[in-house]
Amino acid sequence: MSEGRREVRIGGFGGQGIVLAGTLLGKAASLYDGKEAVFTQSYGPEARGGASRADVIIDDEPVDYPYVTRPDVVAVLFQEAYLKFAGDLRPGGLLIIEPDLVTPESGVHALALPATRIADELGRRVVANVVLLGCLVRHAGLVSRDAAEQAIRETVKPATVDLNLEAFAAGFAHDAGAVSEAAG
Amino acid sequence: MTAQAAGQERVLTGTHFMLGDHACAEGALAAGLDFFGGYPITPSTEIAERLARRLPRVGGKFVQMEDELGSAVAIIGASAAGARSFTATSGPGFSLMMESIGLAAMMEIPIVIVDVQRASPSTGLPTMVGQSDALQARWGSHGDYGVAAYSPASPQECFDLTLLAFDVADRYRIPVLLMMDEVVAHMTERVVIPAADAIQRGQRPRPDHAPGATRHLPYAVGDTLVPPMAHAGEGYCVHMTGLTHDERGYPALNEATHNQLVNRLVDKVRLNAGEIERYEEYALEDAETVVVAFGCTSRSAREAVKRGRAAGRKCGLLRLVSLWPFPEARLRGLLERGRVQRFLVPEVNLGQMRREVERLTQLPVLRLNHAGGAMPTPEDILAVIP
Repeated sequence: MSEGRREVRIGGFGGQGIVLAGTLLGKAASLYDGKEAVFTQSYGPEARGGASRADVIIDDEPVDYPYVTRPDVVAVLFQEAYLKFAGDLRPGGLLIIEPDLVTPESGVHALALPATRIADELGRRVVANVVLLGCLVRHAGLVSRDAAEQAIRETVKPATVDLNLEAFAAGFAHDAGAVSEAAG
Repeated sequence: MTAQAAGQERVLTGTHFMLGDHACAEGALAAGLDFFGGYPITPSTEIAERLARRLPRVGGKFVQMEDELGSAVAIIGASAAGARSFTATSGPGFSLMMESIGLAAMMEIPIVIVDVQRASPSTGLPTMVGQSDALQARWGSHGDYGVAAYSPASPQECFDLTLLAFDVADRYRIPVLLMMDEVVAHMTERVVIPAADAIQRGQRPRPDHAPGATRHLPYAVGDTLVPPMAHAGEGYCVHMTGLTHDERGYPALNEATHNQLVNRLVDKVRLNAGEIERYEEYALEDAETVVVAFGCTSRSAREAVKRGRAAGRKCGLLRLVSLWPFPEARLRGLLERGRVQRFLVPEVNLGQMRREVERLTQLPVLRLNHAGGAMPTPEDILAVIP
């Protein structure tokens, strides 16, 4: 694979908006940051109930093999998704969890982002996915903040642009605690 | 809505992050699609879904048919009346359309059929990838006839090759098959759609006289082997039949007419192969191992070749953009250079396009096959490159 290839897996259950989060990430890289990106998602029975995935590969060169095999970033909003996907994470990779919905094993180093609670504080639980995207963009450093915000503006319904930008900003600003430190 | 506004909406000029299936639908719209008759089936459903929304808004007709038999015949009928027509399906529906592909070939009615291949035979793995309809595309209907078939490797190519498919169908009056696969159909990537006025559309050859002025012979050909096409309802005397027919289009049930007609159906593709075929080369200059791949598999093949080169292995990729015509002349050209020592044909079927390579060379043709449900990884392919 190319040196610049980075793989991201977002895991959750139906309704958590992980497909939109993945699409926004890929779109930000591909259309507004001048990079190459491929987005794929769970499909068929795999996507109906249980843990489903939204995968993005970002590279400086065209992406050949389109599937995620060893993610550099795993973000999970759901215990089953954590159990299914966290083990694939590349050693030293970034793990982001939703601490109200995911309980990692002890000793696992992860960033804790209470995306659902933050979204509730904004008055709309449905934007938890975009809260997560904000955190991911800040800590993974794969796309610029400008590009991500541009992707939001160009993708979501016009009436919800402000809400989504607010959610993104909240996730970006949140000082996600490292789980191991938070536990200590 | 003004005609101009409709035109602007028909072609989504700009840069998009778009699903392969959607890019195919947009390619059809940009090509001037007038009529879609289809029956949704995984993994092609997103094509019908998008066109159901988009096509009526730009003045076209979308009909959800009762099944794939009806779909194929409906697009033939619409095309005979002058509409740019198309349908999208997957293996099980493609099988049902085979009879009509022969009918379209025989009556020389341009149609475009998309087959988003899934793991087969029969119902197989509906949501998972296959590339095992490659030979069916060429040989699936009974009898001898000519078709073109293209295999996109990215959402961008889903757009580009759908455009091309309509042009080739019209120019040669043949069925053109877009052999997508589930991986490419369900992948989202950057897709650049050009300005509407930058899209050159191939045209059907048309009669050079007005209806009624002189007797029109709908199947009379000049040097090009492609008869000018008069549409039903324009006032020309037209007669179309799947029976062997003469220049008038009337049944002529004799062996001499049949032999001449069927040879022409095959020759108009065979003799124009240089215009119709498409391929892409990568690192073939001094390649000793030539990987021949198409569709999703060619993406892994390219990566494998890159890594093989980095490790000092003399390998290259011949990517089949058109499966049919198979780029035979190019492959012979590579053989004449004398550097090639072997071929490798990875594909998500049990060796369909490998046969084409084996037909043209005595050199070893290595295989890497999977019956369907998974595409080979770059590692899989690299492991077979010496």
